[in-house]
Amino acid sequence: MAYKNYILVCGGTGCESSKSDELFKALHQQAEAQGVKNDVQIVKTGCFGFCEKGPIVKVLPQESFYVEVKPEDAKEIVAEQVVKGREVKRLLYRKGEKADSNVKIEDIEFYQKQFRVVLRNCGVINPENIDEYIAREGYTGLERALFKMKPDDIVNELKVSGLRGRGGAGFPTWLKWDLTKKAPGDVKYVVCNADEGDPGAYMNRSTIEGDPHSLIEAMIICGYTIGARQGYIYIRAEYPLAIERLKIAIRQAKEYGLLGTNILGSGFDFDLEIRLGAGAFVCGEETALLRSLEGNRGMPVPKPPFPAISGLWKKPTVINNVETYVNISVIMSKGAQWYAKIGTEKSRGTKTFALTGKIQNSGLVEVPMGTTLREIIFDIGGGIRGGKKFKGVQTGGPSGGIITAESLDQPISYESLTALGSMMGSGGMIIMDEDDCVVDIAKFYMAFCVDESCGKCAPCRIGTNQMHAILDKISKGQGTEDDLAKLEKIGKAMTKASLCMLGGSAANPTLSTLRHFREEYLEHIRDHKCRAGKCKDLVVYEIDAAKCIGCGLCARKCPVPCIAGEKKQPHVIDQARCIKCGECYKACKFGAVIKK
Amino acid sequence: MAKMTLEQLRKLREEKRQELSRREVEGKEIQLIVGMGTCGIAAGAKQTFDAIVDAVKEFGLGEEIVIRQTGCMGLCYVEPTVEVVAPGMPAVIYGKMTSDTARDLVRKHLVEHKLLDSHIYDRPAVDIIKK
Repeated sequence: MAYKNYILVCGGTGCESSKSDELFKALHQQAEAQGVKNDVQIVKTGCFGFCEKGPIVKVLPQESFYVEVKPEDAKEIVAEQVVKGREVKRLLYRKGEKADSNVKIEDIEFYQKQFRVVLRNCGVINPENIDEYIAREGYTGLERALFKMKPDDIVNELKVSGLRGRGGAGFPTWLKWDLTKKAPGDVKYVVCNADEGDPGAYMNRSTIEGDPHSLIEAMIICGYTIGARQGYIYIRAEYPLAIERLKIAIRQAKEYGLLGTNILGSGFDFDLEIRLGAGAFVCGEETALLRSLEGNRGMPVPKPPFPAISGLWKKPTVINNVETYVNISVIMSKGAQWYAKIGTEKSRGTKTFALTGKIQNSGLVEVPMGTTLREIIFDIGGGIRGGKKFKGVQTGGPSGGIITAESLDQPISYESLTALGSMMGSGGMIIMDEDDCVVDIAKFYMAFCVDESCGKCAPCRIGTNQMHAILDKISKGQGTEDDLAKLEKIGKAMTKASLCMLGGSAANPTLSTLRHFREEYLEHIRDHKCRAGKCKDLVVYEIDAAKCIGCGLCARKCPVPCIAGEKKQPHVIDQARCIKCGECYKACKFGAVIKK
Repeated sequence: MAKMTLEQLRKLREEKRQELSRREVEGKEIQLIVGMGTCGIAAGAKQTFDAIVDAVKEFGLGEEIVIRQTGCMGLCYVEPTVEVVAPGMPAVIYGKMTSDTARDLVRKHLVEHKLLDSHIYDRPAVDIIKK
């Protein structure tokens, strides 16, 4: 038979370090002592994403959420909740404590740092069943748009909501729609940019995979608003599952008459098609994407004219990214007033992030704008893996910059991230620890941009190559101090003179690491040293003769092989032949291999 | 003529919404929901799904069980994830549900009516949709 209560004790690293283990034992003892061990099951759970208030205890089915619980509290929890069925009020997490937060949804009381608007259905509904979407307020936004509002009302609704484009730069969405609506022409288009290409970013993919109808609904609303009858979703071919679910969703929407002619009897016609991208990063840039959609080579063109005036096939076009559209479905369903309460003054709503890298709890997260990086990384993300030291976080992929520990308490908004030399970007968030080398990171992103530069404009085509060559030189210990000035000069020129944002932001990772970690660059140049040991050419592996017992394990592991020595005698590495793979370092059980 | 009118859509929504809440109130039905975004599938969610189907058969759990898929629950670090909604027990999200642990899950949660220790994870946010 099922238990009366379930006590969940947080077993995340944060809570374990604050004695959740003792608490766990104390609860067991108390259940036994008070004779209720058959009424309650006490289990350990994963991180609650609320480490600052740990240890955390949650009691089901009442959903009582207790914070900062001490082993001494076990007696009271068992006596009150399990025996008498009453909550222990003094331990409950109280709403008022979150006063510093920017979440202003007065009617909702919750402890989670995350707030899911875009991801509201992800992990809840079956994405291949339209009925489940409809049951959860799905297509109510469309109903409202088609039957209660005029296009101008919808533009105004978006204006009140304060929504800004989630693709990167944060252009006000209502303005984009309004410009396209007012642009002369009978034929207009709605385009969705689902060409998510930043390394480490997968928010859009997961959103489409988990809730495809939310995107479709918003695109229909957009068509109605601007007067378009055709929409295209440009999605990368590397996302087969997202494409498959989108296809199913479009088919189901057509069967229900939510796409096609005379939608719900409103007289409005709208159709949607999928177009696959071939994997060029530059096609995430809107003008390049539109060229690719037309069947031409994906290369950006100068703006203006903006797509709102002359976009796809030179017709007025709204192009937004996946997350922007999905927000609109919610805004239209719940109302702009509801939405505008979330987030900060200038950056309303929430933002999804893909949390990856050296983080304890990697995952897909969504937080209200104004949440700090510290909350995302150390509460939701559970901190750095393996107890290492936090070094920085790369936001916005190859277009963003590194944000360091000093700025962890900055509330996230479009403006704050730009001021920090990074950008909102699409939302990839790569966490780095002390084992990551900034020169190596800058080189990685620059190599990515060299590969992905379309070659149309000189600043990007030549600049990325030159910067990469200099970074490569530095990583090999052959750089000079003049090189740093050169990097900055070329970087600034690229930022100003490139045709599109690929080149315009390609220097960001280099420039921001130079700003925050100049010392490390100088170490590479002056001392030929890479403190993280990532730049292979600067690492030297040696064997400490005093510690080496001559077991020969390193020599057996060495792939070259370049380690020699008699049995039970200290071994030696032939530096000239060593390829610095580090296998000997990992293999040695006596700490005799030293990495310099 | 439209395929579906506004009234028909509203009626359908109401029906489906009631169906959902009926499931929760009457609680006869057991739901096993597997997170099957690319992330989950890459971590082995398809094998987990199959293992659940096998375990349900093995323990002779009958027709009241529905096994279905959903998108990413956001808990990438503990994929594959499975949510279990069973009558008389709180809804629980389980992580690190490989095909091996999935069998334990079915036995423990559905046969013994106990939670499977060390695999429980919290839903990351409140639901903004009114029930």
